[in-house]
Amino acid sequence: MTTRLFVPRDAGALAVGAEDVAGALAAGLRERGQEAEIVRTGSRGLYWLEPMVEVEAPGGRVAYGPVAAADVPGLLDAGLLAGGAHPLRLGRPEALPFLARQTRLTFARCGIIDPRSLAEYRAHGGYRGLERALSLGPVAIVDEVSRSGLRGRGGAGFPTGIKWQTVLRAEGTPKYIVCNADEGDSGTFADRMIMEGDPFLLIEGMTIAALATGASEGFVYIRSEYPHAIETMNAAINTARAAGLLGAHIQGSAFSFDMSVRGGAGSYVCGEETALLDSLEGKRGMVRARPPLPAHRGLFGKPTVMNNLLSFAAVPTILADGAEAYAAIGMGRSRGTMPIQLAGNIRHAGLFEAGFGMTLGELVYDIGGGTASGRPVRAVQAGGPLGAYFPPSLFDTPFDYEALAARDGLLGHGGLVVFDDTVDMAKQARFAMEFCAFESCGKCTPCRIGSVRGMEVIDRIVAGERTSENLVLLRDLCDTMRLGSLCALGGLTPLPVMSALTHFPEDFSTARRVAA
Amino acid sequence: MPALQALQAEFGFIPPEAVLAVAEALNLTRAEVHGVLTFYHDLRTEPAGRHVLKLCRAEACQSMGADALAQHTLGRVGVEWGGTTPGGGLTVEPVFCLGLCACAPSALLDGEPVARLTPERIDALLDGLA
Repeated sequence: MTTRLFVPRDAGALAVGAEDVAGALAAGLRERGQEAEIVRTGSRGLYWLEPMVEVEAPGGRVAYGPVAAADVPGLLDAGLLAGGAHPLRLGRPEALPFLARQTRLTFARCGIIDPRSLAEYRAHGGYRGLERALSLGPVAIVDEVSRSGLRGRGGAGFPTGIKWQTVLRAEGTPKYIVCNADEGDSGTFADRMIMEGDPFLLIEGMTIAALATGASEGFVYIRSEYPHAIETMNAAINTARAAGLLGAHIQGSAFSFDMSVRGGAGSYVCGEETALLDSLEGKRGMVRARPPLPAHRGLFGKPTVMNNLLSFAAVPTILADGAEAYAAIGMGRSRGTMPIQLAGNIRHAGLFEAGFGMTLGELVYDIGGGTASGRPVRAVQAGGPLGAYFPPSLFDTPFDYEALAARDGLLGHGGLVVFDDTVDMAKQARFAMEFCAFESCGKCTPCRIGSVRGMEVIDRIVAGERTSENLVLLRDLCDTMRLGSLCALGGLTPLPVMSALTHFPEDFSTARRVAA
Repeated sequence: MPALQALQAEFGFIPPEAVLAVAEALNLTRAEVHGVLTFYHDLRTEPAGRHVLKLCRAEACQSMGADALAQHTLGRVGVEWGGTTPGGGLTVEPVFCLGLCACAPSALLDGEPVARLTPERIDALLDGLA
């Protein structure tokens, strides 16, 4: 049997030279007259070790990393194909603490299989969920999802089962399934990893959602910043269709469902569900007032299941292994696992899937290994650009929807961005306002105008201009935005601003800034 | 929107005369097409340079020195955000997150992801452009 080598084609790995490594391996093997198959996979999510190359050695897989193209001849000479000793040898990947401490359900296959191979997806447990779903029927599927406790992984945390129930009961045809893969939050990349590393998982999850609610057509809305994800998703959809897993009479049943990819065009607010619907309809991505809910009147005015990619991606596991197994993991009202994304200035940056309930401190220090720069951690932004900044004194906060909300933060899409002590928190607060102004759809006044006024007020505070009055004004402005905005962009921008002000007031005082 | 994206993929930008053509073909007003065209950051009404560098400005990249990297790049090239060099060689644009946050700071150069950037690496990449 030909030895198999695994080199990621994940965009994160490509960005640090995975393509050159694959090329060097192919050339090196040719020169040495050795035979091996180079399989392109997704990423395991240990990004500080990317490009991470694995070999299927006699005793199991062995990983090496981070590998540069220049390391390849030395690796081959050291007996890479047999898992030979080398300074870059990491050993069995599953034994690496970063992977060993995870509970990988959604990411069970990511980085292991060839993402474009339906046969490998099936061989690693794929399509067991749909098989069971076909035998259950709509009401029982919705009940299974409800009992699993799955909540929206996009940020709002709304129970997925209730959403599906609403669409199942809604009048109107056709019904649509829309996947929100407009992963715009800085510090998040889990959606991208699934689309590039295990795309059939999303197809299976959306197919189950369609079966559960009586929908006939689906769309994956992918941001244009993810060209590789768009390509892999399209390839997988075509493969699934050719195999009779999409289209008319899926697996010989009476059920028909097809789906396609739509690319975004660089707008953050289109990750908001109603703006996304407008964008899918070909319009400006303007936020809609709710009600009506998308579940009642969504895409083209029809009942629509709109979920985040990670919500759909959790469903096949729930159906395959049962709601109870999923619900047994987690804490409080946050059940199951969350793919947590450790990003920014952190030593072990990457994807860490675990049950809810680990504290921020455990994630940043024990798992993440502290900062990449080696300097002390000063702040962590949890939940993307609309999430709060937490100081180390609050690192006992568990990673859970309610616990983060109780401390005026949010879980969002599960991203954690770490900053060292060189960060200027007044600058970060100003950036939150600037970002809101840049991305605002412009429909509601608190967001459109408030964000611009917010930047100006912070500038005046930092300049020492009537500081106490302007601080009152800033708090008042944040209240107006929070309470008066149509969607989360304007409504949550006050979170990073106010958390920076509350936890790091010294950065807003002129004295410190002059001293610095 | 797919019509405008297809036009841009073909021509690199969307010229004013195309707005009228799209409006007529889809039975929309020119204002509606103009509205869509100007809403999305990706869609261009003018041609970009032969090469396009999209530098990430979002928080994860900021935590790893993206601001200094941007100043270095813009200074070296001699343009502002969104600007194109006089010869039409290179356009530098801001982007808010490429999902490469675990290898920050990052950028897209002519659609290819590059990460763990330093001023030296940017210089090497820009030197490599014809």
